[in-house]
Amino acid sequence: MSDAPQPASVSPDARPHLPRGVRLVHNEAQGGYVLLAPERVFKADAIAVEILKRCTGEATVAQIVDDLARTFEAPRERIETDVTQLLQGLADKKLLAL
Amino acid sequence: MTSPGERNATYAPLGLLAELTHRCPLGCPYCSNPVALEPRKGELDTATWARVFREAAALGVLQVHLSGGEPGARRDLVDIVAAARAAGLYGNLITSGVGITEASLGKLADAGLDHVQISIQDSIPASADVIAGYTGAFARKNALAHGVVRLGLPLTVNVVVHRANIERVGAMVELALELGASRVEIAHVQYYGWALANRAILMPEREQVARAAAEVEELRQRHHGRIVIDAVVPDYYARYPKPCVGGWGRRSLNVTPSGKVLPCHAAETIPGLTFWNVTEHALGDIWQNSPAFRAFRGTNWMPEPCASCARRDIDFGGCRCQAFALTGDATATDPVCHLSPRHAELATLAAERSEAAYTYRRMPAGREAEVETPA
Repeated sequence: MSDAPQPASVSPDARPHLPRGVRLVHNEAQGGYVLLAPERVFKADAIAVEILKRCTGEATVAQIVDDLARTFEAPRERIETDVTQLLQGLADKKLLAL
Repeated sequence: MTSPGERNATYAPLGLLAELTHRCPLGCPYCSNPVALEPRKGELDTATWARVFREAAALGVLQVHLSGGEPGARRDLVDIVAAARAAGLYGNLITSGVGITEASLGKLADAGLDHVQISIQDSIPASADVIAGYTGAFARKNALAHGVVRLGLPLTVNVVVHRANIERVGAMVELALELGASRVEIAHVQYYGWALANRAILMPEREQVARAAAEVEELRQRHHGRIVIDAVVPDYYARYPKPCVGGWGRRSLNVTPSGKVLPCHAAETIPGLTFWNVTEHALGDIWQNSPAFRAFRGTNWMPEPCASCARRDIDFGGCRCQAFALTGDATATDPVCHLSPRHAELATLAAERSEAAYTYRRMPAGREAEVETPA
């Protein structure tokens, strides 16, 4: 077996950020925001964009959830579920560092 | 708006494959370059590539795949990478690993390179070197892979799978993990050009392909979250054809070393297509109007059984180059499709076997001197 790192999991005090080689860009011709990754391109919907813009490596997951709940006046629990799910999915695809 | 069936439908391409040169120190017998390799003499200069990148970005292209041959054979590679970044493109370097040193890699990273893909021929060094036709290739690729990771750049390991290495798919994924890759491509040989010439030597058995596919699925689950495993499936044993390049003239374009713009890297194997050149036309004009791009764009060109098929917008009738290579008619249904009247012939072709030595991908005699490798 290799000694590769174990898969990362999202915790409230993690400070998520886009790793080198992953960039969120806006592109008119492709109809909005896209996440550029190694030989892959993902369209980012409005919710994903709001979450990803906050993944600066400074804010913790808990702070991001607080901010989104405040900004969009939505129940914190629901936001937390959505954010955790999205971030975990991205981390599993190596599109997010935790 | 134009209907998606039309040849002039407006799609925004996502990716540009920039074949910066056909020079390469390796001789891989499945190389995707054309059999008629372009000489150094006619290669586009730095300024022209920079213009092509700007025009590509304006069309909607997001990523440029800087490939070859070996892109490290270009002395202006740092400037080319910088130009791609300046145009706003995501820069992906596709390298053999031979021809780029850790020092030059640092300059490429500083110039804004986003990602590096290194091909590995096998997990056994001696076998890898035989496949590449280059003694010491395996060691140099390993060293460069470590250099990529040390620099903090994301690394993809590309593994081309065929009869000589198919039993070691698992070991090759382990190797990619050990090298620190975040992504590994398990790409079965696609039989065009050089690979077509070597088909009887390269083709694995049907049972081997099935075992490899099951192993990749198992590895994907075991390494979930550690490494991304993307697979390019072999199509001679398939029932449905691949949606080649995501549909002709829909998502990607390829610029050859001399500036010809192709819908896919093998498109020149289809006789009668007219390719426009970036030295004579703007890229947007070529994408929209060049005869080669219009030839098979959309679905209006399709004959039956493709024309009325429920999957015609899923796999686009398969691959035009393969249809031509195997039937002599580029508009025919790709024989990989079980609905093709020529489908049964594939099993016969896949059963051809040869133990001969590879026909290595090489420049014609007299041009060998054009291939340089930095010390």
